[in-house]
Amino acid sequence: MQIIKDKQIVDDSWSYVADDEELKDGDISVSLARWKKDKPQLLKTSGKTGVRIGPADAVEDIAADLKDIQLIELDFPAFADGRIFSHAWLLRGRYNYQGEIRATGHFMRDQVFYLSRVGVNAFSLEKTEDLPVALSNLNDFSVNYQKSIR
Amino acid sequence: MYQYNDTDQTLIEQRVAQFRRQTESFLKGEISDDQFRALRLMNGLYIQTHAPMLRIAGPYGLLNSKQIRKLAHIARTYDKNYCHFTTRQNIQFNWPHLERVPDILEELASVQMHAIQTSGNCLRNTSTDHLAGVCIDEIEDPRPYCEIIRQWTTLHPEFAYLPRKFKIAVSGATHDRAATQFHDIGLHLVKNDAGETGFRVLVGGGLGRTPVIGQVIKPYLDKKHLLSYLEAILRIYNLFGRRDNKYKARIKILVKESGLDKFSALVEKEWLLIRDNLELAADRIETIKAQFAPPAYEVDAAQDTSFAQHQLENKAFATWVKYNTADHKVPGYRAAFLSLKAPDSPPGDMTDTQLDAVADLADRYSFSEIRSTHRQNLIFADVKQADLFELWQQLDALKLATPNNGTATDMICCPGLDFCSLANAGTIGVAKEINDALDDLDYLHDIGDVKINMSGCMNGCAHQSVGHIGILGVDKKGVEWYQLTLGGSSENEAAIGERLGPAIAKDQVTKAVTTILDVYIKQRLDEESFLDMVKRVGINPFKEQVYANN
Repeated sequence: MQIIKDKQIVDDSWSYVADDEELKDGDISVSLARWKKDKPQLLKTSGKTGVRIGPADAVEDIAADLKDIQLIELDFPAFADGRIFSHAWLLRGRYNYQGEIRATGHFMRDQVFYLSRVGVNAFSLEKTEDLPVALSNLNDFSVNYQKSIR
Repeated sequence: MYQYNDTDQTLIEQRVAQFRRQTESFLKGEISDDQFRALRLMNGLYIQTHAPMLRIAGPYGLLNSKQIRKLAHIARTYDKNYCHFTTRQNIQFNWPHLERVPDILEELASVQMHAIQTSGNCLRNTSTDHLAGVCIDEIEDPRPYCEIIRQWTTLHPEFAYLPRKFKIAVSGATHDRAATQFHDIGLHLVKNDAGETGFRVLVGGGLGRTPVIGQVIKPYLDKKHLLSYLEAILRIYNLFGRRDNKYKARIKILVKESGLDKFSALVEKEWLLIRDNLELAADRIETIKAQFAPPAYEVDAAQDTSFAQHQLENKAFATWVKYNTADHKVPGYRAAFLSLKAPDSPPGDMTDTQLDAVADLADRYSFSEIRSTHRQNLIFADVKQADLFELWQQLDALKLATPNNGTATDMICCPGLDFCSLANAGTIGVAKEINDALDDLDYLHDIGDVKINMSGCMNGCAHQSVGHIGILGVDKKGVEWYQLTLGGSSENEAAIGERLGPAIAKDQVTKAVTTILDVYIKQRLDEESFLDMVKRVGINPFKEQVYANN
């Protein structure tokens, strides 16, 4: 599986472990609930740790843990759920999160420009054939009017 | 008037290119209907009953003659020779072809216009007082702040997928002509005790299905904090506004359900964290203000005596001056309304020929500027009194001089069932019938200030709930019925109209309106306006007569 990361199409090293699955080796991401429940075990796994956040989650809930998290997945249940955009802004702008922020789930390739402006630096698209177009969409605009993350 | 710099121009050109790609992708089947819907709406494009409808932004209602000529050209080339002015100072075309919309947007970009965020669940076009900068009751010209807000809202990356649409209006005068109390955010320029000018901020107003009057969330906000405060409100709304039910998704519902105190506390907390980082620099405000510097008024304009003479000699001209012009802060000048409510034309509509002619007149008489108003008329804001007679004659020839500004035939009316896919009932036909019934100008002027607003559905695009007389079209088992309300107002003493009684059949609406007006004529006190009388006597005297035979 390939994704866009830092404006390049790259292979993805991460896998998501559902709440009812066993933790495994390698770079894994889990739900926010799982993170809260299994934090000690997760910190002991061999790979890096990521947390998947949905629109209804509160970013504040993991603010104190961000130093231990290398990936935040912002998961769109539907492309119109704009809470994700504020979550990204809060992670970068308020909590100064420096790790990878990745958009996942049901978002559109036409949203990557705005997402990149609020601090998302990686994109896992539903259709991998959309990757080249999404990559070029990151350059839809060369100017902007307002201060955001980028 | 604000002129685009390289950044502004680049941005709208890149937006056209982006939408062209999106349209091509959609036509090739690469993006779904649902996805394209969101993208096209944020470029003003609806799919309507008969054809797409394209809504173009009139930034706070301000247009120049070149832009008006471009609208005429688009009407001729891409549409059926006319366009429609809306209550939020925008312009609609009802018959464009989807494949040609990118070409239309490219044409618009060539004259510094666009259709960005005129629809969709995003930050919409900012609207303001149509007499901004010229009225006699102004605290400060709101247009520079509208432009600052226009820029901030345009392609805002965080707030493009809000729970629902979001509208901001700004008023700089003591009299609110921009319905700011019925906007998601209303901003009033006010003075504080130290004599400095800042903003009173209102939040949670709105029309539509659940009309709500906005509440004061910040009695005084320093100008430098304008954008940080807006951002704080928007972030709280984006995170906590309801997304489970589109009829409960506007900020008014969030404010109502959380309570103003709790909502304010959330906003305040957010704002304190961001405000130092987002200050509006004083020199930035000054730079934008310079773009709205007054035009080169003639110092001796008030010396003219012909204006008074013409009014003495020509009753029709005097009547037009009385109803269709407004006082101007510069002696010897007046603002002149162009009525888009001629008896035989759908309210707010203009033909390509009229648009071209109006552009020429604006060049000659009003520093090449034209404004659109919240009540769907146009204004030349800066006309020398010595020119008014000539201007009136020419407007009259163009059917733009009906002296009905602010009267019962100056109706706000949405396109209704004839054009809109959301509508439940027709409006244009009913408006024409009411117009025909009120064709006696003396009677119309005797009635005076009556605002009739008519919408073809609950969404309330024509603000029926704040009409002095509101008319709402509803569908009952496939038949068009009309619900009347009385006593609404979108001005300083904001009020939501009260239901008169059961809905009325289509062929009885005009009769009901004339009956209401007759009750007013018979029972009013000296100099009492229609709205004042409704406040005094309530709806019963009207109700009794309207439903007398049912």
